[in-house]
Amino acid sequence: MAASRPRRPAPRRAAVLGGNRIPFARANGRYARASNQDMLTAALDGLVARFGIAGERLGEVAAGAVLKHSRDFNLTRESVLGSALDPATPAYDVQQACGTGLETVVLTANKIALGQIESAAAGGVDTASDAPIAVNEDLRRALLAVNSARTTSGKVRALAALRPGQVVPEVPRNVEPRTGLSMGEHMALTAREWGITREDQDELAAASHRHLSAAYDRGFFDDLVTPYLGLTRDDNLRPDSSTEKLATLSPVFGKGEGATMTAGNSTPLTDGASVVLLGSDEWAAEHQLPVLAHLVDAETAAVDYVHGGEGLLMAPAYAVPRLLARQGLTLQDFDYYEIHEAFAATVLSTLAAWEDPDFCAGRLGLDAPLGSIDRSRLNVNGSSLAAGHPFAATGGRIVATLSKLLHEKGPGSRGLISICAAGGQGVVAILEGA
Amino acid sequence: MTDTYSQFVNSPLGKQVASRLGIPRPVRLRRYTPGGALLEGSVLLGGYGDAPLAKRVRAVLDAEGIATATEPPTDGRVAAVVADLSAMTGPADLEALRALVGPALKRLAPSGRVLVLGASPEQAGADPVLAAARRALEGVVRSIGKELRAGATANLVLVEDGGEEEIESTVRFFLSGRSAYVDGQVVTVGPAGAGRRTPQSWVAPLAGKVAVVTGAARGIGASIADTLTRDGATVVCLDVPAAGDALAVVANRNGGSALQLDVTSPDAGARIVEHARTRHGSLDVVVHNAGITRDKLLANTDAARWQQVLDVNLLSVLRMNEAILAPGALSDGGHVVVLSSMSGIAGNRGQSNYAASKAGLIGAVHALGRDEDLRARGITVNAVAPGFIETEMTGRIPLATREMGRRINSLAQGGLPVDVAETIAWFAQDASAGVTGQVVRVCGQSMLGA
Repeated sequence: MAASRPRRPAPRRAAVLGGNRIPFARANGRYARASNQDMLTAALDGLVARFGIAGERLGEVAAGAVLKHSRDFNLTRESVLGSALDPATPAYDVQQACGTGLETVVLTANKIALGQIESAAAGGVDTASDAPIAVNEDLRRALLAVNSARTTSGKVRALAALRPGQVVPEVPRNVEPRTGLSMGEHMALTAREWGITREDQDELAAASHRHLSAAYDRGFFDDLVTPYLGLTRDDNLRPDSSTEKLATLSPVFGKGEGATMTAGNSTPLTDGASVVLLGSDEWAAEHQLPVLAHLVDAETAAVDYVHGGEGLLMAPAYAVPRLLARQGLTLQDFDYYEIHEAFAATVLSTLAAWEDPDFCAGRLGLDAPLGSIDRSRLNVNGSSLAAGHPFAATGGRIVATLSKLLHEKGPGSRGLISICAAGGQGVVAILEGA
Repeated sequence: MTDTYSQFVNSPLGKQVASRLGIPRPVRLRRYTPGGALLEGSVLLGGYGDAPLAKRVRAVLDAEGIATATEPPTDGRVAAVVADLSAMTGPADLEALRALVGPALKRLAPSGRVLVLGASPEQAGADPVLAAARRALEGVVRSIGKELRAGATANLVLVEDGGEEEIESTVRFFLSGRSAYVDGQVVTVGPAGAGRRTPQSWVAPLAGKVAVVTGAARGIGASIADTLTRDGATVVCLDVPAAGDALAVVANRNGGSALQLDVTSPDAGARIVEHARTRHGSLDVVVHNAGITRDKLLANTDAARWQQVLDVNLLSVLRMNEAILAPGALSDGGHVVVLSSMSGIAGNRGQSNYAASKAGLIGAVHALGRDEDLRARGITVNAVAPGFIETEMTGRIPLATREMGRRINSLAQGGLPVDVAETIAWFAQDASAGVTGQVVRVCGQSMLGA
């Protein structure tokens, strides 16, 4: 499908100059006592050190977290203030579930493209260990009453109204508010719909571990990862993972005989942070920083998973064809594909949908299926199944990794990023090697 | 690292106890602060004959507003004694040294300096009388170092023909607090490869320079990064990826950049050159500080322990230097400094592999110091050999051994990482272009080794 209308004169393209993340840690592990702010600050400081920009004022820093304490209302700005950046660097928070990290890259890149800013850091952080705990609604009202009472006797009366049953926190649950189903349960429905096999999922998961491990061993992450709190590599990584070992695990999502999703082919709850350094080509040149890649374009989509119209994590399947059409590209025009492994089944369902004539015609309104991709170009350095998935930190990890890969491949090389997110959303983008 | 003994003997009670028992009382050494005076007090200046080098020293002191005298004072103190014996023709002339320096030693202020200047015995040709006189200075200076008290030091600078113009940075180093823990050392200054390069400011002698420091995440390496930055350099801080978090702290506090890289990787040298040149525009100073220990008696040392230490400490430096010293990499007039060790000079029980690597570095420095091509490009290559330095690493040595290490030197205390860093910063100056192929111990004149 060709572009439906000519593009306007292109604004300049924002450049990706590099990235930094802390190793991702399994929840309640090494980072159990680290806050979102601690981790985001550490990721920023590592970025600043790598690029020698201590004391510099960046155009802006955009980041966010999915699980966020109320005290973290200005998380990114506070992290900037705690970092080695010039305190005159403005910052703001973004929240688009697992799409957060990529969305911050898109937002800041667009500002750079329009000439509103010259440089930016974008990324995200999440901790499943230090998840915020809310008090239940009754207790919250009671506490507010105590707080607003003007006299001591009034406060005592308000406190006296408290009942033991009210002092039970609401622990956050990893479920979609509108369906009450967890993300895994949603994905299990989609996997069944697309007939994704257990074997294929385990093979994808094993490959993720194998690829990530090999990338570490060849030093690929030497300039992408800075150790934190004693962790030097992602501790979810199992270099000796294999389809045989993964086959022994019991399903955790879905029901009955047909359940295929296990703890091994699903991403674990993880803590971590990542950031990407972006700039105009001019800013990069002034700072003698090599450009790794440029952000070509991005697209978001959402699907109606509430009424059963589509699977929760299938929005990227809709976003990608729109992006390809706008750019006049086919699905096969890429050197690398980074499809976020929320679950192995997510990646496989998305690929299956693009290969399916009925889906492509009926749901995407295309004349022909998007077709298959060369699987040897998919997640070549591993992805979330092996590295872990601190929700908002995943976009920064992927953008930095892909940019470096494209730079190694050479100018003009192309990469596609696809990230699904809670709420039935998806964020996708195209990068071009510089 | 707290040196509890030093704290005690410098307390009012401790002073009394120490003087009754006649045990050493290490003093707080005078150390350099940017913008501080080169010396606090006047300098006794003299020598043999017309003492040509002393004239140059006087010019430096005059510029710094420091008073000079030619006769030992009858009361009060002198901050330093500088004796120029470069014009000596035979051992009889050494009397000039005794007459000038001897009486002055009792008048030397705490952390005072005895600096003797001489001509190079290597250049005495086949004249045994001349060579004897020149070499005699080494024995005298090392003995003076052992005689001095209260943080004072004695050092010898030998000047080769054509090196007379190049002594200023070295004289400044030895007189200042930068050389606080350098004692009993002999340094040769020769002609510079590529002309005069006096810094615009002696407070920022490395201004505009780009330096790479390996092993910069902690300890001595971090102190080197701090010191080179203080002196005006932009510093690339390098360490293994696993030390990246500590490395980022050092890089950020110095406004430098962090390079996570294993020095044993085959392309380490090329990546250092590429990073420094593309990110910062040039590569002017390289400090090979990264090193490891795998201590065990040789009888129990297996091939892996042996190889690992040799690989990280020595072979990696030789390999990186191939890329760094290739034309178009390190700037002409650049400087390479390697961290050797007292172990490499004196040997150390249980450190045969470490000592091999550190002695090997000295061998490499000697060879590179004589390399005609490097000399023509004005590139200097020198080594620092630290003695007992108070670091996290030496803090883990058992108490008794640690106390031994600290006390058996002329200053009766351990040095600080900054003492090693200051010596490196002096080697790294363009004004030190006449200093190459040298090994300077930063050991407070340890009783171990030469």
